[in-house]
Amino acid sequence: MAVSVDEAVSTGPVRDHTPSARRFGGRGRFVLEVALLTVLAVVMLFPVLWMIETSIKENRDVYAIPAKFFDFKVTMDHFKDVFVASGGGRSTLSVSFLNSVVVAGVSTALATVLGVPAAWAYSRFAVKAKKDQLFFILSTRFMPPVVVVIPIFLMYRQVGLIDTQLGLILIYTAFNVPFTIWMMKGFVDEVPAEYEDAAMLDGYTRLQAFWRFTLPLLLPGIAATAVFALIFSWNEFVFATFLTSSDNVRTAPPAIAGLIGGTTVDWGLVAAASVVFALPVLVFAYLVRKHLVAGVTLGAVRR
Amino acid sequence: MSDPAPLTTDHPGQAASATPPAPGRSRRLSDRGLAVAFISPALLLLLAMSVFPLLWALYLSFTDYSATRGGPAHFIWFENYTAILTSAQVHLRALTTLIYVFGAVTLQTVLGFAIAYLISRRTHGRGLLTTLFLVPMMLSPVVVGLFWRFMLDAQFGVINSMLGSLGLGQVEWLTRQRTALISLIVVDTWQWTPFIMLIALAGLTAVPKYLYEAASIDRASEWFRFRTITLPLVWPLLLIAVLFRAIEAFRLFDLVYILTSGGPGVSTETLSFHVYKVAFLGFNTGTASAYGILMVLIVIVLTQLYLRYLNKLKED
Repeated sequence: MAVSVDEAVSTGPVRDHTPSARRFGGRGRFVLEVALLTVLAVVMLFPVLWMIETSIKENRDVYAIPAKFFDFKVTMDHFKDVFVASGGGRSTLSVSFLNSVVVAGVSTALATVLGVPAAWAYSRFAVKAKKDQLFFILSTRFMPPVVVVIPIFLMYRQVGLIDTQLGLILIYTAFNVPFTIWMMKGFVDEVPAEYEDAAMLDGYTRLQAFWRFTLPLLLPGIAATAVFALIFSWNEFVFATFLTSSDNVRTAPPAIAGLIGGTTVDWGLVAAASVVFALPVLVFAYLVRKHLVAGVTLGAVRR
Repeated sequence: MSDPAPLTTDHPGQAASATPPAPGRSRRLSDRGLAVAFISPALLLLLAMSVFPLLWALYLSFTDYSATRGGPAHFIWFENYTAILTSAQVHLRALTTLIYVFGAVTLQTVLGFAIAYLISRRTHGRGLLTTLFLVPMMLSPVVVGLFWRFMLDAQFGVINSMLGSLGLGQVEWLTRQRTALISLIVVDTWQWTPFIMLIALAGLTAVPKYLYEAASIDRASEWFRFRTITLPLVWPLLLIAVLFRAIEAFRLFDLVYILTSGGPGVSTETLSFHVYKVAFLGFNTGTASAYGILMVLIVIVLTQLYLRYLNKLKED
């Protein structure tokens, strides 16, 4: 408080100059800020643009020294290589993309089916030690994957789930359920419980009230939550690489990482595969941009 | 506890019956039944896929079990733990992890907050800018790791190419001990600065306008306004983001695996990468389990801190 008074007094005598000085300073500052933002945006986006550029460059230009930024020949060969094997037929990469779709899709559906009712129950009913239960649920999501994968590996080896899609689906579901519950609880909290009470006065059971009145209102939230779960499973690497090995089970992240295993690396192919892999994620993320804050904090922060 | 529930749900007519006491009673009972029926499948899955494996790891951590050698596991009690806690190798990895977590999270916080502050002062194109800045965060660590590996390549990497055209020398980013760890920090910062930015932006846009107006009537300086209005109001949310990032950085495995594989030497081996090596290359499952349990303990402490703080923030 005192400081603000001092400031007001000290700027008093030069009051005539301040507006113009401030306006000029404001403009200079405006230019500076915009310039700074532009530079930062370029730095942040350059790797993405470079990846896209590399994916459409001919191999000769990919390894050019100094690097070619604009004058290169455009080719779609790398994208063809992603989907078509060199001898014709489907490539192993395209199979892995398909596996990713199946694993991410099924695990997301399962996490939604398990998580949404649980979130509703946590939101509506007085559950014993609710807070502790919710905290426990979220903390399972924070376990280091590389630690969890050791006992999971042994467990799967016992029951024959190593190198199966079911095994991956189960572990991804278990990692997405905590997120779904936390994210959905926020959405359920926003729907007034009075709707259900009113429906129950009309003779519906609690379950019917949930199914007929609350659930339809939750659909946009469910969609957003499912999209995030989809992105998490789609991008996941640690479990995928340790729990699967054969080409017809492996998902895309370990398959793409496998491209750099050999002595020579076809970076054009790596770039094209990465673009194909990342594109759906970016599209989906754009669709749920309103819920990004809640989504990336696992439903813990919502504003 | 759950046995009364099936009884009531088996009587669909009860809810519709006109006698007032009965529906009330059945409703309360069926509510409890519903809660159990809706929550327990999710909890059972978590118990089977998260808690049980950890308990198994806890058991293995007291044995000399090896996944490849097979044979029965012998109890050796705390030998694995003492071996890990006194190992100079582990101390080195702990230091590497600390440098990495601290360096990356600090850089991200400063940069992310700066970008958020700059964006919050724009009136036009805010949505577009935010969307553009968020792209790195949504990419898989695999894609990020591979791509930076390509860009940082000492021979044909575009970073060295740009340095060259500026007349600067070539840097062996990923093959020198010191620069490899810096590269790891830079790449992680590139990917996760948007995360801090997103949360800081949420905090900044929530600061009520009238506070700034009042301050400008008082002719408070820009720095004064920032220090007394902006920072105190955004700080709680920012701290949540920082803690979250610290936990994530501590768990990080995939980026290290793709970008440097812990090398050169062991210069970028973090604790999670070391656990992987002990478990899957050394096949000392017992030791690796003990190592993992110790890491889980650290994560639990950090998570508790995070959740406590989050709870406090929500109650305010």
